[in-house]
Amino acid sequence: MSAPAELSSAELSTRLVGFVARELGVPAERVRAASLRRLAGGASRELFAVDLETPEGALELVLRRDPPGRIGESDRGLEMRVLQAAAEAGVPVPRVHWGSSDPAVLGAPFFLMDRVEGETLARRLLRDPGFAQARRAMTRQLGAALARVHAVDVRRPELAALPGPPPGASPARAVVEQTAERARALALEPHPVLELMERWLLERVPASGPAALVHGDYRIGNVIFGPEGLRAILDWELAHVGDPLEDLGWLCVRTWRFGSDALPVGGIGTREELVAAYEEAGGRRVDREALRFWEACGNFRVAVVWLQQSRIFLDGKVPSVELASLGRRTAETEEELLRLLREEA
Amino acid sequence: MNDRPDAVELLRAVERFLERDVVPALDGVRQFHARVAANVVAMVAREIETEEAHLAAEWAGLAELLGDATPAPPGREAAQAGILARNRELVRRIRAGEADAGPWRERLLAHLERVSAARLEVTRPPRQRGGA
Repeated sequence: MSAPAELSSAELSTRLVGFVARELGVPAERVRAASLRRLAGGASRELFAVDLETPEGALELVLRRDPPGRIGESDRGLEMRVLQAAAEAGVPVPRVHWGSSDPAVLGAPFFLMDRVEGETLARRLLRDPGFAQARRAMTRQLGAALARVHAVDVRRPELAALPGPPPGASPARAVVEQTAERARALALEPHPVLELMERWLLERVPASGPAALVHGDYRIGNVIFGPEGLRAILDWELAHVGDPLEDLGWLCVRTWRFGSDALPVGGIGTREELVAAYEEAGGRRVDREALRFWEACGNFRVAVVWLQQSRIFLDGKVPSVELASLGRRTAETEEELLRLLREEA
Repeated sequence: MNDRPDAVELLRAVERFLERDVVPALDGVRQFHARVAANVVAMVAREIETEEAHLAAEWAGLAELLGDATPAPPGREAAQAGILARNRELVRRIRAGEADAGPWRERLLAHLERVSAARLEVTRPPRQRGGA
């Protein structure tokens, strides 16, 4: 069987209109696509802004679709169910309308959600005077929203497909071991700093409480905000079952501070503010040593992301100048890892 | 060869062209990639300027840590290959637990910090623009 051909924009629009009309139970001619445009997004998924006119009114939506031909590598259906569970738990997320895992519909699994107006660029949040209020509000908002993410019951049958550590295994140890294994598989040169960090982490694996829903990529850059603050949490494709502190630690990783290192939470807040808001909103009490472990582990994982991006370039898969330059970002992440190694208690 | 402009001067000309003429003429993803390209060109210029000193310093640091005073092999490629082999030996010792504690760990961390600072001298723009 040949790989599915890329749909033309017109074909995508026609099929989308047909799909939405069927979901609404109206004839296809009652739905019209006023506009369909591709948005910038990662390589692992495609994003389109879609404006539809329907008998129920105008809809401003985002279409999130797997790249055609990569069926099976991710599960948009699961991501859609995670978003719905998060919404029920009171997490600010875009409302999901419909979706389908059948590649026959739009060439690959997809879903449609509301388009939340606002800004996503971290640089704007950190530097623009118009976002001063958002900068003050968002650390607490991110902490409170995370407490609600972690309150989602992961035993719900619709979330059964979420990946997680094997029963009885320590999620913290599993993350370190998997990350170290990937580092060794990817690196073309020896990395003494990563070797030291792996041993440091394995010596400090914290006990984990009951497993929770972990967002998996919770940071500035994956949220929509306005001048007043947080509007929606995006990018749930790495959601899994694990230790909730993983999300708090990841949010404190140096890379997501975009140069504003004095404020460890995304360049806008302190760990103390974050933890206080998280605990006040019903999150489990945060053990500071365990948080330090998860922040270090997050930086360790970022180093592996750089290795992975540069391998995609070095192996000739994507000849992008951006991927090429990301390989050299290992230098700044290793600087942070060395700083953490020096802090050891 | 003493031709002027030399490699670094040529690269600086390319960097200026990308930053002043190409970046403002583009938008969206292509503008972003042009900015990245300008940074990459600047990075290469800094690497050319500092590489000899950085390789010599890393070799000396590794010699001291591994207790092997063999002089650095002549030539850039031989020096790089020698450093690669010595870093593999460093990793072997770390995995064997030799750096888990004690004075050798301290010396190792100090060496890695010096190497890290040298790498950042190359990769980090002199004026911090705060990343993407």
